[in-house]
This record gives sequence, structure tokens and C-alpha cells, in this order.
Amino acid sequence: MRDRLSRALPLLCVLAILIAVWFAGSVAMNWDQAQDLADEDATWSDIAQATLALDRPLLPTPDQVASEMIRSMFGYPPTSPRSLVFHAGVTAWAAIVGFGIALLAGMALAIGIVHVRTLDRALMPWLIASQAVPVLAIAPMVVVVLGNVGLTGVLPKALIAGWLSFFPVTTGLVKGLRSSDPMQRDLMRTYSATEAQVFVKLRWPAAMSFLFPSMKVAAPLALVGAIVAELPTGAQAGLGARLLTGSYYGQTPQIWAALFMAAFLAMLAVALVDLTQALAAYARGGRL
Amino acid sequence: MTTLLLLGSLLTGGVVLALLARNDRPAFRIATPIVFGLLVLWLWQIVCTGYEVPLVLLPPPATIAAAVVNHLPTLAADFRQTFLRAVIPGWAIGSSAGLLAAIALDASPFLRRGVLPLGSLVSAMPIVGIAPIMVMWFGFDWQSKAAVVVVMTFFPMLINAAAGLGQTGAMEGDLMSTYAAGYGQTLLKLRLPFALPFVFNALKLNATLALIGAIVAEFFGTPIVGMGFRISTQAARLNLDVVWAEIVMAALAGSISFALLALLERVVTFWHPSYH
Repeated sequence: MRDRLSRALPLLCVLAILIAVWFAGSVAMNWDQAQDLADEDATWSDIAQATLALDRPLLPTPDQVASEMIRSMFGYPPTSPRSLVFHAGVTAWAAIVGFGIALLAGMALAIGIVHVRTLDRALMPWLIASQAVPVLAIAPMVVVVLGNVGLTGVLPKALIAGWLSFFPVTTGLVKGLRSSDPMQRDLMRTYSATEAQVFVKLRWPAAMSFLFPSMKVAAPLALVGAIVAELPTGAQAGLGARLLTGSYYGQTPQIWAALFMAAFLAMLAVALVDLTQALAAYARGGRL
Repeated sequence: MTTLLLLGSLLTGGVVLALLARNDRPAFRIATPIVFGLLVLWLWQIVCTGYEVPLVLLPPPATIAAAVVNHLPTLAADFRQTFLRAVIPGWAIGSSAGLLAAIALDASPFLRRGVLPLGSLVSAMPIVGIAPIMVMWFGFDWQSKAAVVVVMTFFPMLINAAAGLGQTGAMEGDLMSTYAAGYGQTLLKLRLPFALPFVFNALKLNATLALIGAIVAEFFGTPIVGMGFRISTQAARLNLDVVWAEIVMAALAGSISFALLALLERVVTFWHPSYH
């Protein structure tokens, strides 16, 4: 209990400070706008109060964002395009499909790289170099090109999400599949185990402790990919579309609500990976 | 005819690569990926020209190279706007702010316990999403892009530098105390050098993040220049050769900055065990 308190207390203090700074920032940043809208004889405190309740504030207050989130999440049925849950679902679905693609492609590639020397030598340097390339920049082009050949909907977005999240999976798995102890590999050879058996019984289990951390990196990346992929199409649906329309019409609370929703989805994704890891560990008798 | 050429190239390329990969000498280790890259370019070229793939779908490498040459003035202007004005200042400000914050946090365990969990939470979030807000606050020009880059690069540096400052062992700390070194001296001569590999790790990571942040921020509004602006508008007009030319520029900028940072890391942290 004491331990938990000593961990939570600093966190709560920092959060309280952040919220206080946020309120102060709202007053400071919205001051000019509130002053323009106020009457001639408005006092300082009138203007200060007005800064916290503007329609299109430069910086909405935490409670404005919270009420916008509640209104857009629960005020409409989840299938309505005005509901934030609907947009979050669209983005999450693209991210999930993309993450699935990334997992499959990453596994196939990692297995190839670990077992085929030519692939290792020829491909691995490019994989590492590709980390330094701003992949997200190609998102608009991919969406436009695929839309041009009639591919619309979830697939172009999922491809970008997958492309972005597949590098951590591949590099993590390559490391993991090679992480098994050489002694144990020798032992497998003395058992005259085939390459497939070594893979299933030794390499793959050993790779698990590398796979889950890289999945934790990859899952939020898939989300970023899905959101950015929603920008160039003029995007009818999704969190990226909410960001874009919010910025076109100056609906700042809507932008902030979409941002917090995206943050929440990212946390959810990481929590789901954690849960899968715990389940995998449980299925294996408690150790990964 | 094209199919024959394709199969032939695949076969020859595969055999050459397999032969190259068997050799362990350094020259071969470098040659293999280069040959692979050239093979991919070659296959891309013959598939595009041989099967007459429409230009709007995928231009061949030769067309992209020609576009780079033909549009060089535009590309240079975009590079100046995005990379020199937004990426580099944003990256420098965000990274140094992250480093300073990590040093400040290091002095107070209470703050560290409060901020670090939040920091790692934030660094896992889709921060590019703040781009529309920054455009609203700082206007259409490079300032808003630099602001996005600052926020994006701050948190990875904070987390990494904080981890790096925790690297010093008790032995080294004790040694510094026997030298009667103060806090400042210990920080400067012992803990910061120990943290350098972590700091460089964040700097390299941030180099890519900064480019992404600046380019994506331009999707939300720019003056009519910039890499992200060019990519989104030319993609909408289906001028894909220009888009690809910009991507080549972005890839070059990203990998060259990464390589320079890696080089600098080697020079600055020559004493680190990973280089021995």
C-alpha cells in the first residue's frame, strides 16, 4: 500500500500541475479573442471567465475537451458519423488489419532472413537503412495510387499502417530467433532434430520474449500510420479525418478530443499486447 | 520477351547474390546489399517499361531520376523550407530541451517518478496529431512545423537521456566522491559521458521522427513550398514522378543525417565497449 502510494503520489502531483498549467495557458492564449468579443465595460475577471468558455478557443480548457469527448462519444449512436466512437472504430480497424499484415509479413521475412544466408546478407542492411527513411511521407501517394486502381476503403490505410509497423516486428523477430543459446542448438543437433523441429521447439519459443516488446513498439506505429493515411483522401471517416475537418473549421475542441481518443487507442493497443503476452506466458506455465 | 528478361535477371541476380553471400570478407559483405539494391532497381525498371505499367501507378526508376534532375530547383526550395527551416531547428531545440529536462529530473527523484511514466506514455502516442493545433497556433509557415518537431523529439530524448543518466555504477560514483568531485563535476565528467550512447540513440531516432513530423505537419497547411506540400498536392494531381523525386530527397536526407550522427557517435564515444 505504502509502495503504491509512493508511486502514485508523484504522478498525481505532476498531473495536477499539468492541468493547472493547461488552464493558465487557456486564459493566456484565449485572452485576445475574449477581449475582442467582450463588451466595452467588461472587467478583467469577466474577460478571464470568458476565456474559459469560448466557442472556438485557441486552446480549449480541459473541461471543454472532456465535455466534447463525452458529447461526441455518448451523444450519438456509435454508428452515426457524428460519433467519435464511430471514427475511432474506423481508424482502429485499419490499424488492426495493418498490424495483422505487419505481423505476417514480418514473421515471414524474419524466418527467411534467419534461415537463408543470402537474404540475411542482402536484405538486412536495407531493413536497417529503411529505419532512417521517413516512410510516412509516402502515405498520400499510396492512398491516391491505390484509389486510382479502384482500391479504396480499409486496405490502403491498412497497407500504410502495416508498412510502418512491420520493421520493428521483423528486426525484433530476427534478433529473437537468433537469441537461442548455441549450447541448446547443439543439444538439438545431438537429438538429430530437423531444422523445422529446432524452429518450433527452440527458436520460436526463444523469440517470444523479443516479439512482444517489438509488438509494443509496432502497435502504436500502426495507429499513427492509419491516422496519417486518412489525411490525404479528404477522408470521410476516421480520427485523421476528424483532425483534418477540425483544423479546416477551427473546431479546436474536436481536434483535442480526436487526439485524446488516439492516445487512448494507443494505450489500449499496448495494454492488449501486454494481455496477450501474459496469456502466452500463462499458456507456457508462467514463464516467457 | 519481357518475361524472359525478367526471369533471366532474377535467376542471374539470385545466383550472383548467393555466391556473394557465401563469402565473409568485408568487401563482399558490403557488395551483397548493393548488388541486391541494384537488382531491385533493374527489375523495377524492366517490369515498368516491359509491361507498360501506367506512369500514374508506378514510374520506373529512370523516370524518377529524370524527375529529380528536371525539378532540381523546386526540390531544392522544398528541401530548404522543410529540412533546413523546420527539421533542423526543431530537432535541435526538441532534443536539447529533452536532454536538459532529463538532467533537471535527475536531481529530483520525486519529479522523476512523476514525469517519467507520463513521458514514456506520451512517447508511445501518435504525437503527429498535434500538427493541426500547431498550425493554428504558429501559422502556416515553417514555425508550426518546427513546433511539431520540437514536441515529437522531446519525449524520446527525455526517456533515453534519463535512462542513460541512471547508467553510472556505484563504484564510479564512489570514486568521484573520493576525488571530492561536486555534483557538477560528477555530472560533466562521469554521468553525461556514460549517458552519451543513450543520447545518440535518441538523436538518431529523432532524426527520422523530425522528418516525419515536418512532412506530415505540412499536410495540414503550408505556404506553397515544402516537401510535404509538394507530396500531397502532386499526388492529388497524379504527377507521381515529382512525388517520387521528393521521396528520394526525403530518404536521402534521412539516411545521410542518420549516417552523420552514427559517425559523430563513433568519434565522440570511441571509448565505449561496443566499438572494441
